[in-house]
Amino acid sequence: MPSESLWTIFINASLVNNFVLAYFLGICPFLGVSSKLETATRMGGAVTFVMLVSSVCAFGIQLLLVAIDAPYLKLISFIAVIASTVQLVEMFIKKVSPALFRALGIFLPLITTNCAILGLALFQTNKGYSFVQCIVYALGAGAGVTRARVLMAGLREKLELAEVPDVTKGTAMALMIAGLLSVTFMGFGGLGG
Amino acid sequence: MSETELVSRPAPPSIWHMYRAMVGVGIVCGLLIVTAFQVTRPIIERNKAEALQKAIFHVLPNASTSATYRLDESGGFLVLEGKGVGAELVYAGYDDNHELMGLAVEAQGMGYQDVIGVIYGYSFAEEAIIGIQVLESKETPGLGDKIESDPEFLENFERLDVSLRDDLSEMANPIVPVRHGEKTHPWEVDGITGATISSVAIADILNRSAQYWMPRIRSHLSDFQGDFQGEE
Amino acid sequence: MAATSKSSTDEFIKGLWKENPVFVQVLGMCPVLAVSNTAMNALAMGLATAFVLIMSNIAVSSLRNFIPKQVRIATYILIIATFVTVVDYVIQAVSLDLYKALGAFISLIVVNCLILGRAEAFASKNTVARSVMDGLGMGIGFAFALFCLGAVREILGSGSLFGAQLFHDAFQDWVVMILPSGGFFTLAAWLLLFNWLEQRKERKAKSDEATTLALGKEAV
Repeated sequence: MPSESLWTIFINASLVNNFVLAYFLGICPFLGVSSKLETATRMGGAVTFVMLVSSVCAFGIQLLLVAIDAPYLKLISFIAVIASTVQLVEMFIKKVSPALFRALGIFLPLITTNCAILGLALFQTNKGYSFVQCIVYALGAGAGVTRARVLMAGLREKLELAEVPDVTKGTAMALMIAGLLSVTFMGFGGLGG
Repeated sequence: MSETELVSRPAPPSIWHMYRAMVGVGIVCGLLIVTAFQVTRPIIERNKAEALQKAIFHVLPNASTSATYRLDESGGFLVLEGKGVGAELVYAGYDDNHELMGLAVEAQGMGYQDVIGVIYGYSFAEEAIIGIQVLESKETPGLGDKIESDPEFLENFERLDVSLRDDLSEMANPIVPVRHGEKTHPWEVDGITGATISSVAIADILNRSAQYWMPRIRSHLSDFQGDFQGEE
Repeated sequence: MAATSKSSTDEFIKGLWKENPVFVQVLGMCPVLAVSNTAMNALAMGLATAFVLIMSNIAVSSLRNFIPKQVRIATYILIIATFVTVVDYVIQAVSLDLYKALGAFISLIVVNCLILGRAEAFASKNTVARSVMDGLGMGIGFAFALFCLGAVREILGSGSLFGAQLFHDAFQDWVVMILPSGGFFTLAAWLLLFNWLEQRKERKAKSDEATTLALGKEAV
């Protein structure tokens, strides 16, 4: 399907098929951590970064696996290579730019085993994107995850001041908000046509 | 493995222990994966072939056997040998007397939510699309997914005109979507109210695919009629 | 450790209800929400996850003395990924339609926090027999919870269960329930129910305590 334009891919990944709100990927940190706006923004940046790295990795692995005709190793090599690459990148950033490391660093290891990262790698392979398309897809997905997190964090900050029944506190409330956000994002459908 | 248990207990494990654990687990895992792959592969391939066969017969109602053709670099069609990529394949359907009934072609494009994949049947005799089946779609349940089930909409594809100009260079009339109830020409697709984008998407997908395939198919008609290659 | 005093039946029971991975611990949510739009998909996904969980528990607990601590996470992931790949191929072989409906979410079982969590927290410290019971309990609890979600969504969203029509034609489907947002709402509703039950139990325990106290005072 390499006929899709880059713009379509970006819009689709970030709005129409938002990773968090339409595919439910990366829900755990979405519900757990997103209660501060500041953290949510930084975490979003870190996710986008890891997505870019793993998207490039996954593209390379896929090329290699096709070359040696071993499709059955896809999953195992995706997860292994992505996890170790992110660790390497983390060490590299720590050495080269301590400022950037302070901004992203603590989140990087947390993110590696996030479903959104592996999901991205699997989806881009299933769709058969080219290298540039993969990069754009990763950027779009990252932007989408960041947007969902920031929205969620903003809503929860407000919610802390509100009076709610005891039973709804915590995850149940977060899920209901996420549901409403998801309905809202339905409105973007058709944009990517 | 039980003998090694005693050794690794005390002091912090050496490099050797780590390597042994990783490599050992790796080898066993590798064997397991390859075995599973080898055992299931023939079944999976048979299932896939059956599903494709079913779809072909669905869109070419009179066909009972089919053969896969590949578009050659020279523009002609050859019977496929080995593996092929879906984008350059067409499936010819034959009836019980080995008479060529038509071709089934796969096409895909962007829908409302995600990519829609379809397969459609083309009849040589009628120069028209005579059947369509949605293979892949994530359209909104209850609204967009009517493209798969709405009988009025599917009626469009019982005879959708895709005839070519006399010089076979391009289609005489492009497939165009129209508003519900305004269909007047055989090459128009009557849309679904409430699922405009999905029904327009189907028309666009068919139009793009037909524009590409029809001139190529018509100008190499004889390729499909040669010696019978169909399989049950 | 408290767990050692428990019988294996307790290990089994706890996953079903008291520590239900979905409703109580809220773990492994990605597949829970994404493929629970019909009861069939939900059940298949639940069973696939349960299988991987049980197998990885067995593998991890039997290798627990063989794997050095430093490389344990990497090894666990390797083991889990292997079983997921196997399940992926088996589902493809059994039913292509089911495979299409579940899509990439079968592969995503790898990153289900529940499985790695059980391997790390339970299987790496317990015997094979106990780990199997734990895996069975957690796995069945997970599959059951997923089925509950899927059933509610299918009944309300398309008026059917396992594809069989339940209501009269006049029933207007709640389309929103099969859409992604329906997943969030349904899970939220189940959590509310569990929270409510929990609170009621606590309140009851408190009032019981109060009565015993009051009775005690009277007696004095």
